[in-house]
Amino acid sequence: MDHLLSIIVFFPIIGAIVLIFINKENHPAIRLVALIFSLVEFILSLPLFLSFEPGVAGMQFVEKAKWIPEYGISYHLGIDGISLLLVLLTTFLTILCILSSWSAITVGVKEYMISFLFLETGMVGALVALDLVLFYVFWEVMLIPMYLLIGVWGDPRRRIYAAVKFFIYTMAGSVLMLVAILALYFINLKSTGVPTFDVLELYKAVIPVRTQYWLFAAFAVAFAIKVPMFPFHTWLPDAHTEAPTAGSVILAGVLLKMGTYGFIRFAMPLFPKAAMALLPLICVLAIIGIIYGALVSMMQADLKRLVAFSSVSHLGYVMLGMFALNMQGVEGSIYQMLNHGVSTGSLFLLVGMIYERRHTRMIADFGGLSKVMPVFAVIFMIVTLSSIGLPGTNGFVGEFLILLGAFRSNVIYGVAAATGVILGAAYMLWMFQRVMFGEIKNPENMKLKDLNRREIATMVPMVLLIFVMGIYPKLFFSKMDVSVEQFLKGFKAKYEMSVEASAPTMMSIRSGERRLKGQTFPSKID
Amino acid sequence: MEISVPDINFSIIAPELILSAFALAILLVGAFVSGRKNELLGYISLCGIIIALISTVTLMDSSVRGFSNMIAADGFGVFFKIVFLIIAGLTVLISIGYTQRFDIGIGEYYALILFATVGMMVMAAGTSLLTIFLGLETMSISIYVLAGIIRGDRKSIESAMKYFILGAFATGFMLYGMALIYGSTGSIILEEISTFFTSKPELLRSPMVIIAIGLLTIGFGFKVAAVPFHMWTPDVYEGAPTSITAFMATGVKAAGFAGFVRIFFSALQAYQPDWVAIMWILAVATMTVGNVVAIAQDNIKRMLAYSSIAHAGYILVAFVAGNDLGTASILFYLLVYAFMNIGAFSIVILLGKKGEENVMISDYAGIGFKYPLLGFSMTIFLLSMAGIPPLGGFMGKFYVFSAAVKAKYYWLAIIGVLNSAVSVYYYLRVTVFMYFREPEREITGLTFSLASVIAVIISVGGILYTGIFPASILTLARRSIETLM
Repeated sequence: MDHLLSIIVFFPIIGAIVLIFINKENHPAIRLVALIFSLVEFILSLPLFLSFEPGVAGMQFVEKAKWIPEYGISYHLGIDGISLLLVLLTTFLTILCILSSWSAITVGVKEYMISFLFLETGMVGALVALDLVLFYVFWEVMLIPMYLLIGVWGDPRRRIYAAVKFFIYTMAGSVLMLVAILALYFINLKSTGVPTFDVLELYKAVIPVRTQYWLFAAFAVAFAIKVPMFPFHTWLPDAHTEAPTAGSVILAGVLLKMGTYGFIRFAMPLFPKAAMALLPLICVLAIIGIIYGALVSMMQADLKRLVAFSSVSHLGYVMLGMFALNMQGVEGSIYQMLNHGVSTGSLFLLVGMIYERRHTRMIADFGGLSKVMPVFAVIFMIVTLSSIGLPGTNGFVGEFLILLGAFRSNVIYGVAAATGVILGAAYMLWMFQRVMFGEIKNPENMKLKDLNRREIATMVPMVLLIFVMGIYPKLFFSKMDVSVEQFLKGFKAKYEMSVEASAPTMMSIRSGERRLKGQTFPSKID
Repeated sequence: MEISVPDINFSIIAPELILSAFALAILLVGAFVSGRKNELLGYISLCGIIIALISTVTLMDSSVRGFSNMIAADGFGVFFKIVFLIIAGLTVLISIGYTQRFDIGIGEYYALILFATVGMMVMAAGTSLLTIFLGLETMSISIYVLAGIIRGDRKSIESAMKYFILGAFATGFMLYGMALIYGSTGSIILEEISTFFTSKPELLRSPMVIIAIGLLTIGFGFKVAAVPFHMWTPDVYEGAPTSITAFMATGVKAAGFAGFVRIFFSALQAYQPDWVAIMWILAVATMTVGNVVAIAQDNIKRMLAYSSIAHAGYILVAFVAGNDLGTASILFYLLVYAFMNIGAFSIVILLGKKGEENVMISDYAGIGFKYPLLGFSMTIFLLSMAGIPPLGGFMGKFYVFSAAVKAKYYWLAIIGVLNSAVSVYYYLRVTVFMYFREPEREITGLTFSLASVIAVIISVGGILYTGIFPASILTLARRSIETLM
């Protein structure tokens, strides 16, 4: 299978085209076809995991073809240990999303499913693209279906506001990245004479330090908006709250990861010098995000908004781990990306299930649900604990490694971030208590039905994954070890190379550079 | 005194001749065909356009000049001619249904479109100031008439009047500029002007030439609707028949840029440092004013008018960049722009009916689900204009901004991309109405003319093709400008 990645990228579009020809009133058929296509897509992506060579450091399943030869723009796909798991997460979550929309979406089902399948193509494409222009194309393609999902099927009250805000925020960040991509291209063209947008080639480019700051800033803003890092997070609570359940799941599960993935794939290895210099800033913002997100979550009256702000907090961990720049930190960070997709995705699914029954998400409207919905309560408990990071669940592994990495790189960061763990437990458990325990005060809650079979089928894979990832993380780490090592090695090598390259011009470089002098690269890489 | 007989080579102006012949024929046939049968005239003009297109394509790789170096058949001209013919073809297609609605399907209507196209083609092919001016006037006068062709409609007449008075004024500026250049160089042939400047460097920065450049900029700035010479645009675009608005927004603009680029890059290259500063300001002002004012529009024709101003701004960015990439990207952009803009206007036409134009953005509420394909096409056009990949508009912007970055105009590129982020807001607003809002009143009884639907399909195809496989057209554009500089 030479074109496996291409097939995986474009298969959902075929599904979308098939859906166009189905009568729009025939909802069951539309749902079934969408489900089948998402299932087949997931099955297609399994060989990636099974035949992925864990010992190979470079890209695998590579496909390369010329696209716009004059510019050196190529159709270059490939995955390594970092993107592999994210691709699988994407194809996996899409199935659950389609399942969870079964009864929730009753209007415009056809358009909904088409949007979803297009979205899947955008997401997978962005994860496997190794050419900056191709990546940019997929990156932007994701926006449109998500915009429609929020705007058409979202909560009627503020969906338009949320959809437009989401689109413009992301767009504003990414157009700056486009200029940076072009600048990078011309800088590389000037020094090497080879026109290329290939990110693997551009890793080798030598970029003057002052230029690196500008370029890194442009990339970082685009990705930081997507992550979202404090203070660029304000679109997230709106988008999450107004989106339909499946939209929230995919937004939290995959779209936010695009930001963190962008850092690890593009911003950091391309501009290591600038990344190092701005490391304290990013770490501080990440820690602010962790604590701020947790504190704001605690005060939310709306379940979905609470989960949305908890994402800000969780993604803060991911960023912190990544910028710890050691094996534990980075691996923990990638693992936490997956965890967040599973745990927060599950939380949104569960909130969606209860919303479908009661048409409210206010915590105050609930209470005592564990009595009428025992299965729901059990699953909710497991997911809550996984989100908090209880040992034995996936959350623990990720958070532990991130904190370990953070402590190794800077004790203060580690201590500050660890407070977030306590806060995280506080707001989640408090929420759980208010929703699940106590007396049933609201008579409407008395006649709530427990989860039906389809809903249980949606949740079981998630619960299983929570435990598998918590108990046997080696299954996943073994795939990413070499790639992460390679990332750190490459980062370090390029960092030192650019130090040498810039040495003669040290005099002319201003304060930003001087601050760097006292700082050394974490010498141990294990 | 010896008089040299100019070399006459009709083959290089064959497309123009064919089109003129068809235009005359239509006038003649129009006199015999009664008002209701006017579709026929549309199809005759379509034939003429296709034949002219074929004859243009055969000129593709030539590089000849004729009529004493007054006109050329070179890559630059040929590329533009193809763009004009595509624009004219699409305009005729969308006119066939539209003219019946207003009973304006008279022979003159189609003949004037063809004459205007001939004018545009002469403008792009002209290698002397006079030929370019001749083309400009042929085009402008036809358009003045077309803008006011719905004689019973006050808005249409107002639009024609405004366009005529301001246009005539701007033409005066341009002619004055040309006269000053002739005065300082003694020639109207672009090549000779250029050699004159390179051979006499001491003449550089001569105030007379600088003033001439200023006057030319005003004249062309008017035609391409650059800020601050854009004041006429919204009113004229709103008042003119929609099919003619589409023609103006794409054809006239492209022709304006053809002349603009030809004169400034072939003749006034030596003055580049002087005019680049002006263009930089014009580009930023045009993009920003166009985009910001478009946000506040409720009428879709006015919104598209401001958006077309903004697009002129993006093209000016490439103009400022001034390198080969920049010029090639102007060509590419104008082609893509033709597809997306005419496409959008076709949808505007399709959504209207006799006595009910439905041009307010709020009229679009709910049509995304009511007419899925129409809504989908409109979304493609709008997203392409906003520069979302993988559509042609994105590739156009990509090339334009890469030219700017290559020439190290980083701030210009940044202002440009931020502008395109702003533009997303008003393009999305239409999709918000189409998909997110419930219709306030039913739009019923629409009859979709087949020709307009074909125009929409061609436009969607053009946008997707230029967006997904831009390589071949970019190569063509790069080759086309080789003879220019």
